[in-house]
Amino acid sequence: MKFRTYGYAGALLALSSLPAETLAATVRVGVVLTYTGGAAQLGQQIDRGMNLYIKQHGSELGEHNIELIKRDSKRPGGDIAKTAVQELITRDQVDLLTGFVFSPNAMASAPLVTRGQVPMVIMNAGTAWIPSLSPYIVRVSFTMWQFGHPMGGYAYDSLDCKSAASGYTDYPPGKDSVAAFKHGFERAGGELVDSIPMGSPREVPDFTPFFQRVKDAKPDCFYVFVPGGNHSTAVVKTFADLGMKQAGIRLIGPGDITQDTKLQSMGEDAVGLVTMHHYSADYETPENKAFVQAWKAEYGADTTPDFMGVAGWDGMAAIFHVIRSQNGKIDADGAIQALRGWKFNSPRGPILIDPDTRDIVQDVHIHKVVKSGDRLAIQVVGTIPQVKDPCKALSLGKCAN
Amino acid sequence: MSEFLNVVISIVFDGLAYAMILFIISVGLSVTMGLMGFVNLAHGVFAMAGGYATVAIMSQLGIGFLPALLCAGVAIGVASLVLEQTLYAPLYKAGELDQLLLSIGLVFMASGAFTYFFGPDPISVQIPDYLHGQIDLGVRSFPTYRVFMIAVGIAMALGLWISLERTLIGARIRAAVDNRPMAEAVGINVNRLFKLTFALGSGIAAIGGGLAIDILGLTPNFAIQYLVLFLIVVAVGGLGTIRGTFVAALALGIIDNAGKYLWPEGGAFFIYAVAIAILLWRPSGLFGRTD
Repeated sequence: MKFRTYGYAGALLALSSLPAETLAATVRVGVVLTYTGGAAQLGQQIDRGMNLYIKQHGSELGEHNIELIKRDSKRPGGDIAKTAVQELITRDQVDLLTGFVFSPNAMASAPLVTRGQVPMVIMNAGTAWIPSLSPYIVRVSFTMWQFGHPMGGYAYDSLDCKSAASGYTDYPPGKDSVAAFKHGFERAGGELVDSIPMGSPREVPDFTPFFQRVKDAKPDCFYVFVPGGNHSTAVVKTFADLGMKQAGIRLIGPGDITQDTKLQSMGEDAVGLVTMHHYSADYETPENKAFVQAWKAEYGADTTPDFMGVAGWDGMAAIFHVIRSQNGKIDADGAIQALRGWKFNSPRGPILIDPDTRDIVQDVHIHKVVKSGDRLAIQVVGTIPQVKDPCKALSLGKCAN
Repeated sequence: MSEFLNVVISIVFDGLAYAMILFIISVGLSVTMGLMGFVNLAHGVFAMAGGYATVAIMSQLGIGFLPALLCAGVAIGVASLVLEQTLYAPLYKAGELDQLLLSIGLVFMASGAFTYFFGPDPISVQIPDYLHGQIDLGVRSFPTYRVFMIAVGIAMALGLWISLERTLIGARIRAAVDNRPMAEAVGINVNRLFKLTFALGSGIAAIGGGLAIDILGLTPNFAIQYLVLFLIVVAVGGLGTIRGTFVAALALGIIDNAGKYLWPEGGAFFIYAVAIAILLWRPSGLFGRTD
C-alpha cells in the first residue's frame, strides 16, 4: 500500500481519460550518502558524478522530472543509513533508492527495500553478497571478489609472490576482499601465511604494529584492503616508513589503495604499487577523456573523478534507464526487470548488469603506479575482460545460493 | 631465538614511540588535575590545536617543522590561559559534573570548529628530510621519526622531572598537590601556580599534538578519538605525578602495541584489560596518593 504524489494525477488522468504518454511524472530518488564526517569526500565524489550525469543528460527524460532527496549516512555503522532509508520509504515515499558508500549501510537497508518494494541502485558498497540480500538490489559499482580473486592469481603467476600476508580493515568488505585474495592465491599455488585485521573503517589507525608484524614474517607480497578515502595514504606511508619495500615485500591490493583522489598526496612512495581495479581517471579512452574533461570543467581543474565518481555517473545512467523504460511510473519489479541485462558504455569501459545476480560485470585492469612528469599516474599493464563476480560464480560462503 | 628477539624489539620500539606521544600529551592533564582537581576532558583539544597550529605556522610563515612546533607550543600555551581565565576559573568551585559538561562541550565545539576551518580530512605535515626514512642503530634499522619521537619524549620527561624535583617552583607545585590549604597557608599563591602549570601543560600537549601528526594522523576528531586513552594514562599513572604518567604511558603504549602485534584480532582489548586490572589493584593509580 503506497501512495505517491503522482497517484492523484493518475486518478485525475483516469477520469479525463487522457493518453498515458502525456503524463509528466516527477520521480523521487532517495540518495543515502556520507555527506559529513571523515567519509564526506566519498559522498561528495558520488554526488558529483550523479549531478554531472543529470546536468548533461537531463533532457533525455523528456517531460519527466527527477527529484533527489538526499540523506546523510555519516558513518559506516549502518544504523544511521537504515533510519534514513526507513524515512525515505515511509515518509518521503521515494520511487528509487541509491547511493550507499559503505557495505554495512547497504546491508542494514536491504530488508527495508524488500519490505517496502523500492528498487535500490548501489553506487559503491562492494561486499560480494549484498545483491543476494534483496531482490530489489542492483549494483553498478564492483564486488570485492572482482579484484581480490584475480589479484591472487596474478600475484602468484606474474609478480613472483610465492608467499603472501594480507591485512584488512575489520568489517565485511575487508573480510570479503582478503577471502577473495586467499582463494585466488591459494588456487594458483601460493601460501597465505597471515591475515591481519587492522582496526575499524571509522578512524584511520596507526598501522605500524600490523605492518611490523608482516615485515618480520617476510612474505613476498602484502595484500592490503582498506576502505576508499583516508586509510590508503596512511597505508602507503607506513609501508615506506618501515622500509618494507627494501626488505623485499611487495605491496598489492584492490585499487582502493591507489584511489585517484588520494594518489597525488602519496608522493614517491607509491611508485611501483600494483593494484587491480575497474577505473582510473588516467584511462586513455575517448569516453573517459570526455568524462574527466567535463568533470574538471564543472568542479575545477584541480579536482579529479575516481571510481566512486564514475559509479555515481553510471548509477544515475541506470536510474535514467529505469525512468525512461517505465515512462516515469516506477514499479519495483519492472524497474529490476529493466536493469537485468542493462548495458552501458561507461567512462570505465563497457558494463553490464548480470541478469541472474543483478550485479555488475565489467573489465578489470591491472594498475601500476608510475611517475609521469611531476605527477603520479596509473598505467594499465593488463586487462581481464568482462569479469563476473567470482564469489557468486563459484558459490562460495555467503555467495552460495 | 633471534627471531623471538626481533619480535620483542619490534614491539618495544613501536610501543615506546607510541608511549612518548601519550606521555607528552597527557602529562599536563595529570598535573593540572592533581593540582586543581579540575576534570578537564578538553585537554586533548590543546594537542589537536597544537597539531593544526604547527601545520598552519609552517605554511603561513614558511618555517621548518621544529621551530613551528615550538611556536605552536607557545601560542597554544598562551591561548589556553585565556580559556582558563574566562571559562575554567568560574567553575573551580563547581561540582565535577559541571566541569565535565563544560569540558566535553568544549571538545565537541572544537571538533566542529576545526572541521569548519580545516575540513574533515586528515592533514599531513612536512617533516624535515633528516627525520625521514630508516636509521641503522647497529642491531637493526628503525624508522627515523620514531627514534626522534622517543628521544624527545625521554628528554621532556627528564626535563619535567628535574624541574619538578629540583626547582623552587617544582617544590611549590608538589606542595600544592600534596596539601593545598597548607601550601596556601605558607604563602604559596596556588592560583597563580595553577595558571602557570595549566599553560605549560597545554603548551606541552600542543607540541605533543604536532609531533603526533606523522604517527597518529590529525583530524578534527583527534580530541574525541584519543580522549579515553589520555584519561586512562592519567588514571593509571595517578593524578599529579610526572613519574606515574611516564610509567603508565610506557606500560600502556607497549602493551597496546604488543596486543596489536601478537593478537590483532583482539583489537583494543589489551589496553582496557590492563587498565582495569591496574585500577582494581591500585584505585588511585600506580603512583597516586592513597589518602
